[in-house]
Amino acid sequence: MSDQRIRFYQTGTFTVGNRLLDLGKRTVQSSTERANALTSGHRACQGCGEALGARYVLDAAMRATDRDLIAVNATGCLEVFTTPSPETAWQLPWLHSLFGNAAAVATGVAAAMRVKGKATRVIAQGGDGGTTDIGFGCLSGMFERDDDVLYVCYDNEGYMNTGVQRSSATPPTARTATTPAVGAERGNPFGTGKSLPLLAMAHRLPYVATATVADLHDLEAKVTRAMSVHGARYLHVLVPCPLGWGHPTDETIMLARLATECGLFPVFEAVGGELAASTPIRRRVPVEAYLRRQRRFAHLFDGAEPDPRLARLSALAEDNIRRFRLAAPEANP
Amino acid sequence: MLRQLECSRAIAEAVARCRPEVVCAYPITPQTHIVEALAELVREGALAPCEYINVESETSALSVALGASAAGARAYTATASQGLLHMAEVVYNVAGLGLPVVMTLGNRAVGAPINIWNDHSDAMALKDAGWIQLFARDSQEAVDLHVLAFRLAEELSIPVMVCVDGFVLTHSVEPLDVPAQALVDRFLPPYHPVQVLDTADPVSIGAMVGTDAFTEVRYLAHHKQLQALDRIPVLAAELAGLLGRSSGALLHPYRAEDAETLVVAMGSVTGTIEVAIDELRAAGVAAGAVALCAFRPFPLAALADALGRAQRVIVVERNLAPGLGGALASNVRMALRGRPIPVHTVIAGLGGRPITRAGLRRVVETAAKDELEDLHFLDLDVGAVERELARWGEQRRSGPSAENILRDAWRTR
Repeated sequence: MSDQRIRFYQTGTFTVGNRLLDLGKRTVQSSTERANALTSGHRACQGCGEALGARYVLDAAMRATDRDLIAVNATGCLEVFTTPSPETAWQLPWLHSLFGNAAAVATGVAAAMRVKGKATRVIAQGGDGGTTDIGFGCLSGMFERDDDVLYVCYDNEGYMNTGVQRSSATPPTARTATTPAVGAERGNPFGTGKSLPLLAMAHRLPYVATATVADLHDLEAKVTRAMSVHGARYLHVLVPCPLGWGHPTDETIMLARLATECGLFPVFEAVGGELAASTPIRRRVPVEAYLRRQRRFAHLFDGAEPDPRLARLSALAEDNIRRFRLAAPEANP
Repeated sequence: MLRQLECSRAIAEAVARCRPEVVCAYPITPQTHIVEALAELVREGALAPCEYINVESETSALSVALGASAAGARAYTATASQGLLHMAEVVYNVAGLGLPVVMTLGNRAVGAPINIWNDHSDAMALKDAGWIQLFARDSQEAVDLHVLAFRLAEELSIPVMVCVDGFVLTHSVEPLDVPAQALVDRFLPPYHPVQVLDTADPVSIGAMVGTDAFTEVRYLAHHKQLQALDRIPVLAAELAGLLGRSSGALLHPYRAEDAETLVVAMGSVTGTIEVAIDELRAAGVAAGAVALCAFRPFPLAALADALGRAQRVIVVERNLAPGLGGALASNVRMALRGRPIPVHTVIAGLGGRPITRAGLRRVVETAAKDELEDLHFLDLDVGAVERELARWGEQRRSGPSAENILRDAWRTR
């Protein structure tokens, strides 16, 4: 068993059956020794991708640091659903200050650890609004100073906590409360938005990675790798949101997988600003397969003719596949 | 030991002797010399261990201090004017979390129009954020107040803003004494936080608080300010015992006991006012003054006491609350409950305009004759204002007022 190379599709899906793996290769989450840093009983919605992602990220980081870890949180869903007074779901030292300053607060915590000669590590976390929009100034400062912080963005592509408004991580055509599906160009316009992973790479960080909640082994491995180096590091995790995306709560993992398999969400790692590794698309699907399952894209499919913007979304996926080298290997070795 | 020092340099040395462990710096005039001097002290090793962090905005400057303080480190930063407003959200947050950060505010006007010179608009804009605000009347007090500030902040777990008039104090060079390290160490024990991010004993700091407890948490912020009312005189006396000079107080009265007209003010204008009072006294006018050192907490009882037998109060305001008057006068009136005496608001020294002895004497003499308006703008160029008002009346697109008045002022000069 231990010398057998596991092919993920042996289980018939993309999930990795932990029971097929030897103990060393199983997820942190499958271990009874896990920290439960974000413990159960919190108030996240059913099917919340962020709650799942944060749980895996923090427990992997707890294992990597021997539980010597402090978390700083931006305002947002994760902050709100984990600390309904007088309860807290956090089983590690946790600090929430404001929406836009998590990276700077984390810098301060890391500075305090350094000045006191402690080896305690620091994670900062926020949603895409707190990261790509209001918190970007503080984050860029933390990046360029190379402060010893791992910043994790749980990207659900909008301001879900305030009722699904557009952020600079909202994809083109998506319907949000502030980019409604009415008028001449329905949904979020093309030619807007930004890629935080690419911006992080432009800061030449020692480690930048993207991941999704569809591949939790990969997510844990990237957190572990991130904690093995010092300096400013960035991890961008795609976390589908049933409320904001308009999908059934049991399709969160499927949608995260389809986002990568259609090419719209590239999964990769970068070291020192250079692309270092990509997760190839194993079985490419058309963007429609991903978009059709979400109500935020329903207006693309309500006409007699296919919406011409689907071709533009397809082109974005093509561009990702080329830029991040996501094409599947020719043959399966 | 007295040395010829720029006030900012002396403040930096005093701060260094308070052994802050994290110092965050973002440049804004007129506080910049303080953080520049601290950078030097850290690099030379005179202040160690200390993490000196150059940040990209004032929001980050105070956020880094916030994180450091929550993690158990003594944290310091400095700002002014637009910088304070840029970090306003964090200013409230630090106080709300009860973190004993000490921050110097190099008092400066707030734009527009952009103006780098001294007034108190910045401090007044954030007066109700929950910080203690201490105003220095001179450079030596500015230096000493920082030592007091760290002790007070950490005793009560409340942030303290030391307000130092920009340029007038921050950039003045005079013989100053920086409290000796041994004395500071005797006065200021190591920081023992009441809450700290500790992996051995995890807590959640900054959790959501709803209707069930928000009022109580806010009440405690008020309670701490009331505690500070008691502690400031005690700590000031202890510090005076060590330093051999009086620095810091709730307020400083000057020839106030038998004064019929009392001038109330804060900051560096105190010296000018005291000289004007002497001149008025010599001319037979029974005038006195009270300089507030503590603006938050506001020393209602001490001020009511200090007002003694005064028949009128003149508040020299270094700020303007458009549509009302001034922030200080509004607060001073609270101390006069049950005493029906007039309180005149004199808006003075906005954007660095000099407040002269002659101007102050004139105001007091006019008030003594009961001829001073409730709200008076000291040395206002009425002609310039009237000419601009006329332009407004003449045409809809009269243009930017600041430029118009400047052009007008230069033409008529």
